Amino acid sequence: MARETVIELRGLRTQFGRHVVHDDLDLDVYRGEVLGVVGGSGTGKSVLLRAISGLLRPAAGQIRVLGVDVLAAGEQERRDLERRWGVMFQDGALFSALTVRENVEVPMRAVPGLDGPTRRALADLKVSMSGLPYKAGDNYPSELSGGMRKRAGLARALALDPEIVFLDEPTAGLDPIGAAAFDRLISDLSHSMGLTVFLVTHDLDTLHATCDRIAVLAERRVLVTGTMREMLDVDHPWVKEYFHGPRARAAQADVQAAAAES
Amino acid sequence: MDGAMAWTMAGDVAISVRDEGAARRVALDGALDIATVTAAARRLGEVPVDQPLELDLSHLDRIDTAGAWALCRLRARAIAAGQAVTITGADANAQSVIRTVEAAMPAPDDRPAPPASLADRLEAVGRGTARAGAFFVELCAYLGLFLVRFLRSLVVPRDFRLTALVHHCHEVGIKAVPIVALMAFLIGIVLAFQGAVQLRQFGAEIFVVELISVSILRELGILLTAIIVAGRTASAFTAAIGSMKMREEIDAMRTLGIDPALALFVPRILALVIMLPILGMIANIVGILGGALMAWVELGVSPAMFRTRLLDGVMFSNLVVGMIKAPVFAIVIGVVGCHAGMQVGGDAESLGRMTSASVVTAIFSVIVIDAMFSIFFAQVGM
Ligand SMILES: Nc1ncnc2c1ncn2[C@@H]1O[C@H](COP(=O)(O)OP(=O)(O)O)[C@@H](O)[C@H]1O
Ligand SMILES: [Mg+2]
Repeated sequence: MARETVIELRGLRTQFGRHVVHDDLDLDVYRGEVLGVVGGSGTGKSVLLRAISGLLRPAAGQIRVLGVDVLAAGEQERRDLERRWGVMFQDGALFSALTVRENVEVPMRAVPGLDGPTRRALADLKVSMSGLPYKAGDNYPSELSGGMRKRAGLARALALDPEIVFLDEPTAGLDPIGAAAFDRLISDLSHSMGLTVFLVTHDLDTLHATCDRIAVLAERRVLVTGTMREMLDVDHPWVKEYFHGPRARAAQADVQAAAAES
Repeated sequence: MDGAMAWTMAGDVAISVRDEGAARRVALDGALDIATVTAAARRLGEVPVDQPLELDLSHLDRIDTAGAWALCRLRARAIAAGQAVTITGADANAQSVIRTVEAAMPAPDDRPAPPASLADRLEAVGRGTARAGAFFVELCAYLGLFLVRFLRSLVVPRDFRLTALVHHCHEVGIKAVPIVALMAFLIGIVLAFQGAVQLRQFGAEIFVVELISVSILRELGILLTAIIVAGRTASAFTAAIGSMKMREEIDAMRTLGIDPALALFVPRILALVIMLPILGMIANIVGILGGALMAWVELGVSPAMFRTRLLDGVMFSNLVVGMIKAPVFAIVIGVVGCHAGMQVGGDAESLGRMTSASVVTAIFSVIVIDAMFSIFFAQVGM
C-alpha cells in the first residue's frame, strides 16, 4: 500500500491482572486519515488509546508510532515523540487551577525560545481554531459548558501542531448541534492541517460525518477495518446489530439527505 | 512538510527584505515554526508597510500554525495600512495552514489591564466588608431555617428523621469521645503541673484544686471540646453536604419533595446540640481526673482532699457557666458546616475550599462567642 503508516500495532496484548482486554490485536493507521474506533462498552477502546499514547504498558506486542518503537524507545526519544501527538480526554481533562489560555500554554512552555507574549497569542489562536470565542481564554474550566471544555481540551491537544491526535469519545454528552459542530471541527482540522485522527466514539453520526475508515473492536481484537460502506456488508452479529440497527439507519438517512441537498 | 522533523531539531529561519520597484519582497528561508516564531515575528513586525508586500515562501521547508500566525499578523498590519499582500511560492500544505489560521485569527488583544488604583483598593475593601456582612446575614438565615424546620418537626413528628439523628449522634459524639477525653486529660495534667510550680512558691499548693476546677469547668473543658468538634464535624458536614450538592443530589431531593433543610440540617445540628454538652461533660470529668492525678503526684494533694475541696468550692456555678455555652457552640458549628456545604459549586475544587473555610469559620466563631459569654457572665456577676 502506498499510504504511509503512522501507527502500527502488532500482536498487542493488554491485561489487568488476569482480565485480558486485548489479545493479539493488529491495527494500522495511515497518515492523514480519520480512523473511528467503535466497540461495545468495556471492549477496551479507551485502554487501546491509552496503550498507544503511552499511558499504559501492554503485556506483549509491538507499537510503532511515526516509525518509532514506542515500547523500546529511550526517554528522550519518547519525549520527542510525545510532542508529535496530542491527546484529548473525555471531558477535556483541563487543569482546573488554570484558565483555558494557560491550559493551552502548558505544552508550549517546553518550547525553547518562545517568549511569553507570543505564547499567549498562539494560545489564543489555538483557542479560536477550536471554535471557542476569544473571551473563553480567560475562563476557568469550571466556568465552561461541557462542549466548551471539550473544545478547550482539543485546543490544548493541538498546541504544538501534532501530527496525530487521539480523541476519546469527543461527542459524548454533547447536544446534537454541539456534536455536529464538533464533528465538523475535527473534519476541517484534519483536512486543513493534515492531521491523523484516532477517534474513539460511540456516536454513529460522528462516524458518518468524520471517519475515513472504521475499526471495530470485538472479541479482544480489531475484528474488521474498512469504510462505512464496507461495514454494512460485514457478517458478524455485533457489527450487523451496530450498523444496521434503528439508530444506524437514522444516521445514514441523515447523511444521505445532507448529501442530496448539497 | 517533512514529518520526521520535530521542532527540537528544527533549524532557523532566514528572512530577507528587499525593495523591488513597486513591491517589497519578503523572502523566508528555512523552518518557520513554533521554535523560530518568536524571532521571526519580531523581524516581520519591523517590516515597514508603506508599499505592497510580496511574501515569498518558496524556500520554506516547514511552516506550522505558529509560523502562519506570524505571516497573518504581518498581512493584517499591511492591509490595515492599505497595502496589498501577495503570497507566492507556497505549497498546498502551507496554503492550507495559512488559510486555516487566517480564518481563526483572534482579535488582537487591545485591552491592557489598568494598574490597580487607590480607588480600586478601597473598593475591594468595601466589597470584602459587604461580603462579610452578607455572610453573617446568611448564617442567621440558616439558623432561622434550622429552627423553623426543627419546630415543625416537633409539630409533625412524622417528618422527623430519628434514624439519621441517631446515626449523626454516633458520628459526631461517640466517635469523638477518645480524642476529646485524651485532650482533656492532658490539659488537666498540664494545668496541675504549671499551677504546682507557681503555687509552691507561695506555699499555696492546695489552691491547685480551685485552679483546675475553675479553669476546666468554666472555660477550657467546653471550649477545647468545641474547637475539636469544630475541626472534626464542621468539615465532615461540609464535605458530606457539599458532595451531595456537587452531584446534584440536593436538587434531586427538592424535586422529590424532600426538604434538604429538614433531611440534612436538622438531624446533623440536633445531633451536635445533644452530643456537644455530653462531650463537654466528659472533658470536664477526665480533665479534673488528670489534674487530680498530677496534683497527687506532684504536690501530694490526696484524692480524698481533692474531692472534698472540689465539692466545697464553687464547682456547681462554674459547671453551669461552662455548660450553658455548649448548645450555643453546637448550633454555631452545625450551622456554619451546613451553610458551607450548601455553598459548594459544581467542581471538586470548591468542595475543598469550602471544607477548609468551614473549619476556620467554625473555630473562629466558637472563640468569638466564648469571649462574648465571658463579658456577659462578668456583667451579671456569675
Ligand atoms: N485501570 C484499570 N484496572 C482494571 N481494569 C481496567 C482498568 N481500566 C480498564 N479496565 C477494564 O478494561 C476493560 C476495557 O475498559 P475501557 O477501555 O475503558 O472500555 P471502553 O471500550 O468502554 O472504553 C473494562 O472491562 C475495564 O473493566
Ligand atoms: Mg471509554
